[in-house]
Amino acid sequence: MIEFLKQPWPWYIAGPLIGLTVPALLILGNKTLGVSSSLRHICAACIPSKIPFFSYDWKKEVWNLFFVAGIILGGFIVASFFSDPDPVVIHPALAAELQQYGITNHQSLLPEQLFNWHQLLTVKGFFFMVFGGFLVGFGTRYAGGCTSGHAIMGLSNLQLPSLIATICFMIGGFIMANLILPFILRL
Amino acid sequence: METDTDFEVRSLDTFYTGQAKKETLFSYLKYLIMGILFGIILVKSEVISWYRIQEMFRLQSFHMYGVIGSAVLTGMISVWLIKKFNIKTIDGEKIELPPKKFNKGQIYGGLIFGFGWAITGACPGPLFAQIGAGFSVIIVTLLSAIAGTWFYGLVREKLPH
Repeated sequence: MIEFLKQPWPWYIAGPLIGLTVPALLILGNKTLGVSSSLRHICAACIPSKIPFFSYDWKKEVWNLFFVAGIILGGFIVASFFSDPDPVVIHPALAAELQQYGITNHQSLLPEQLFNWHQLLTVKGFFFMVFGGFLVGFGTRYAGGCTSGHAIMGLSNLQLPSLIATICFMIGGFIMANLILPFILRL
Repeated sequence: METDTDFEVRSLDTFYTGQAKKETLFSYLKYLIMGILFGIILVKSEVISWYRIQEMFRLQSFHMYGVIGSAVLTGMISVWLIKKFNIKTIDGEKIELPPKKFNKGQIYGGLIFGFGWAITGACPGPLFAQIGAGFSVIIVTLLSAIAGTWFYGLVREKLPH
């Protein structure tokens, strides 16, 4: 059993389980799945700065912070008890492309040559870890949701705005990954 | 309060009449447990992997499309069943699903988030899971995402919606 759990789970097991989070949260307490809103609640709780957008009673939304605390714990549990000991299997074309940029260590789920504390002080590291994170926080709130709130929850409820948002997520990702990242990775 | 363009903060939704039962610290534990399960799935399915996101945007792997597609399909069927059979919450409350209104933020914000998703290889859920899984430097990325959200709140009235 543990051996089975240690392997990466296939999409047809993980996808439906992620989808079941939607009815589970609705039935447990009328909550709609959405992770990025937690970032807004953190702002409202810690740095509201009299900005109208953060002036609301975040305590009424605190379930969402319990949910993301759980996500952190879930990651910790996997890393502690049933993480995959083998290097990540990646597509040969991606491996070849990354090799040009000197990224050759595929031991863990994130390329450690790109995401580490020393890289933070380089232009490339700043771009990937700081600038990228800023765009995620800014963009998700501007769009009113992220992959969970729009792509999964919104599409499950057949919301056209969520479909538009999801299509834009994908367009943005395609442009960045194919047209812009190659130049940044070369730095 | 200004016009609502963010439909993820339930207590600000005017249509929402719920919140019949007051939550207690103990009742919040169920959301913690749901989060733990969600986090475990995100890590084990490698959705939190930068490589999987790069493969998705380079059309090199079906994996992410399979995960998101089957998650949406499962969610759609579940929501349909909830509506069809008028399923209530465990406290007997009517399940209410917030309708979303279109605004241009879904396009501009969506594109900006797409850029960030491809760079960091993570959407917000995976950022939390990566930190838990031991990638400590992602704390910086998460703080930066919080800063991005805060900056949006600061300039939101000047942005097209």
